Amino acid sequence: MTVNGEEVTREIEGRLLLIHFLRDHLGLTGTHWGCDTSNCGTCVVWLDGEPVKSCTVLAAMAGGHEVRTVEDLEQDGKLDPVQQGFMECHGLQCGFCTPGMMMTARALLDRNPDPSAQEIREAISGQICRCTGYATIVRSVQWAAAHEAGSRTDETDSPETVATGTAS
Amino acid sequence: MTAVDQHPAAAFEDNDQKPVGHGRMLRKEDPRFIRGKGRFCDDVQLPGMLHLAILRSPVAHARIVSIDTSAAEAHPKVKAVVTGAALAEMGLAWMPTLSGDVQAVLATDKVRFQGQEVAFVVAEDRYAARDALELIDVEYDLLEPVIDARRALDPSAPVIRDDLDGKRNNHVFDWETGDEAATEAVFAAADVAVTQDIVYPRVHPAPMETCGSVADYDRIDGRLTLWSTTQAPHAHRTLYAIVAGLPEHKIRVISPDLGGGFGGKVPIYPGYVCSIVASIVTGKPVKWMEDRSENLTSTGFARDYIMRGEIAATRDGRILAVRTNVLADHGAFNGVAAPVKYPAGFFGVFTGSYDLEAAYCKMTAVYTNKAPGGVAYACSFRITEAVYLIERLVDCLAYELKMDPVELRIKNFIQPEQFPYKTKTGWVYDSGDYEPTMRKAMEIAGYDELRAEQVERRARGELMGIGISFFTEAVGAGPRKDMDILGLGMADGCELRVHPTGKAVVRLSVQSQGQGHETTFAQIVAEEIGIPPADIDVVHGDTDQTPFGLGTYGSRSTPVSGAAAALVARKVRDKARLIASGMLEVSVADLEWQKGSFHVKGDPTKSVTIQDIAMRAHGAGDLPEGVEGGLEAQICYNPENLTYPHGAYICVVDIDPGTAQVKVRRFIAVDDCGTRINPMIIEGQVHGGLTDGVGMALMEMIAFDEDGNCLGGSLMDYLIPTSLEVPDWETGFTVTPSPHHPIGAKGVGESATVGSPPAIVNAVVDALKPFGIRHADMPLTPSRVWDAMRGAPQPPI
Repeated sequence: MTVNGEEVTREIEGRLLLIHFLRDHLGLTGTHWGCDTSNCGTCVVWLDGEPVKSCTVLAAMAGGHEVRTVEDLEQDGKLDPVQQGFMECHGLQCGFCTPGMMMTARALLDRNPDPSAQEIREAISGQICRCTGYATIVRSVQWAAAHEAGSRTDETDSPETVATGTAS
Repeated sequence: MTAVDQHPAAAFEDNDQKPVGHGRMLRKEDPRFIRGKGRFCDDVQLPGMLHLAILRSPVAHARIVSIDTSAAEAHPKVKAVVTGAALAEMGLAWMPTLSGDVQAVLATDKVRFQGQEVAFVVAEDRYAARDALELIDVEYDLLEPVIDARRALDPSAPVIRDDLDGKRNNHVFDWETGDEAATEAVFAAADVAVTQDIVYPRVHPAPMETCGSVADYDRIDGRLTLWSTTQAPHAHRTLYAIVAGLPEHKIRVISPDLGGGFGGKVPIYPGYVCSIVASIVTGKPVKWMEDRSENLTSTGFARDYIMRGEIAATRDGRILAVRTNVLADHGAFNGVAAPVKYPAGFFGVFTGSYDLEAAYCKMTAVYTNKAPGGVAYACSFRITEAVYLIERLVDCLAYELKMDPVELRIKNFIQPEQFPYKTKTGWVYDSGDYEPTMRKAMEIAGYDELRAEQVERRARGELMGIGISFFTEAVGAGPRKDMDILGLGMADGCELRVHPTGKAVVRLSVQSQGQGHETTFAQIVAEEIGIPPADIDVVHGDTDQTPFGLGTYGSRSTPVSGAAAALVARKVRDKARLIASGMLEVSVADLEWQKGSFHVKGDPTKSVTIQDIAMRAHGAGDLPEGVEGGLEAQICYNPENLTYPHGAYICVVDIDPGTAQVKVRRFIAVDDCGTRINPMIIEGQVHGGLTDGVGMALMEMIAFDEDGNCLGGSLMDYLIPTSLEVPDWETGFTVTPSPHHPIGAKGVGESATVGSPPAIVNAVVDALKPFGIRHADMPLTPSRVWDAMRGAPQPPI
């Protein structure tokens, strides 16, 4: 599979979950495990551009596909506006759900550059944050939307385009 | 480059934008978290590390007949299988709890709750360890369980704790506070007395990160390094020394980044001890991480109080007395983590924010076949239960007197001139000015307009409710003469070193679980000593790196360690003043401090900065007579009293008459936590607590069936609010500094968790007023609200 743009080949057990493959085999510990039952969403990564819960995806199922994790949000030393937004608007406290939240937020903004608060709430509704009460997460995503508008000169959903946008 | 340099602050109401010290400042810890570079316990990978998994009891109460581990031991990837019998040979089968009881590390004689630890496996990887659990064969002889606390003291109930010498019942303790006779006299003479049965159901803190540990025992020098999800690394170190017999100086407890705690990571859990034993036995590092079901079924629950409350008043609404009788369910082991002299935590503040003539509480605690715990989920040592009781009772009284609940509260508030105010249960509230806080909440809410809207909606058959709660918390445990945990006084150490170039490191005993200590404490020190927060590193969560202290829970970090940080900075500043007097060749009395520098009185041009002084302190130049080199200090702060934050909350709900679904439309929270260090962080903590409140009031409950099967063992069954169940919070604040805290700050982390459930329940009950309903127990799920609307008896909790 491709993980964060790099080709990865490993011999694995058929039952190995994608979350454990990323964390234990590749050392990408930014993605977290929280519940086993697809309820909490701390394990959200992208599979071919779609946010998925990696605790309920077999690593083998991701074979031949593209996986993107939180570690790939920052590009060439520039933070993604979503990352910046979470810092600016106090969108995180303990930081455990944050990577999953940011991956979902990034996917949302790629499809809908100017989401309403309700649309943001719906996008993250499959994920749990126990610290923030969500309002600051909504503000964080809105901040990101406001600060990348105009810097996105084309409509492509390429992560690179997004990440090299204005992150100030 | 740090957050404070980079980012213009957003326009928040109390954004004072001070560059050095208190004020809104982005968090120093965020750059690692937003890159996925936090370091949580499960991120720790050591060479040769093995994985531990725990076999748990499938039943609530049973005698263990036999355990056959031979098939598990034969598994090719298994390194060790350990049972309670094996631990007993090492003297480690039982461990002390934080409240003087004992708890089984691994069961030897009986299992006493579903999910109790029975054996553990150590294997090469986490999947193999889980596989091997399936190969262990345990034969149980089932016993009748005690699930309903109301039946625990029935003479026919089976005795759960027959491990305790001479124990013939399920009684844990009786406790009382206040004056029974005086309260009875007031009740006997009162115009009005209202009685209400109120249950605070069992809930669970369920932090996003479950509990776990990595133990690394070095057989050569006998050193144990333990990474663990603990909110109290120093207290845990001492307990491990006592439990395992390891010398304390050979134990290093590291609490890395924690994915939330909320009190659930205060106790010592058997899994931590198992990982230590496993590392000692195998000679390898061993990781244990529990799964979500293990977290929900075996780690510290919260609440589980069955209360009968009574409130007495005059007919015109002067509250005279409050009385309560409480049955407390403590589960199978008394694992409450509260100061020793306070078996019911700080429940004694159930008199609330009101000036009463008398109060009395009688409590009985019992064992049941459920998981141990009791103090968790941001409860401020049971103040959550106390505030819920009084704030529900006041609303019940308002209902009977047909008074507005705000008017009734304001009429009975303790007045500002009465502080310090000693309650009828002996608590000395340090400061408060309640009415302005209440008025501010009403102003933000538009209270009168909301009531008018409610009248209109009711006329149309719509169910709209407005709920009020007003709380006073008691946080920052605590004065060491009164408060200790297993003999460890609740004072906190703090150390500050200023390096030659004027950069500093402050070492704290408390540990962050998301509260932003690395930012707030840098700001506290910055305010006192004038070094920018960016130049101050905060070290915490490592017993080898930090001075002793009791940890982060009960909203105690700012009240206790925050005071320690301010005072240690002042101590350094005092020494800096001596050095400055030498540098400027004037007497100490002729110096004036301006944040960051000393100058000669009357001549601001003659000055030295704290950075100049730091270099002189470490340099070769002369120092005044008797002054040692270096610029550092250490203190241990023993708080004089608790701090007593307060707040006024207003909740607006709409109930769908067709489905009984409750929707929280608005929530207004006005908090007074004294001096505000970082308003952004305070607001964030309040938001989080309010969300907890929605969860407890409307969704969350750890329920059991009659056999003791936990019905809340996954996040599919234990429902936690998502972004769709909560509104956009509306917050405000007032400032009443604490008179005894060095910077006037009070704790705030748990205020909203404590204050919000009664506001929400009061709102729901208010919405149901047309049905003649005065009370309904949490969680107010659609089915429970539906039953209430139809007058059907509610199933007992």
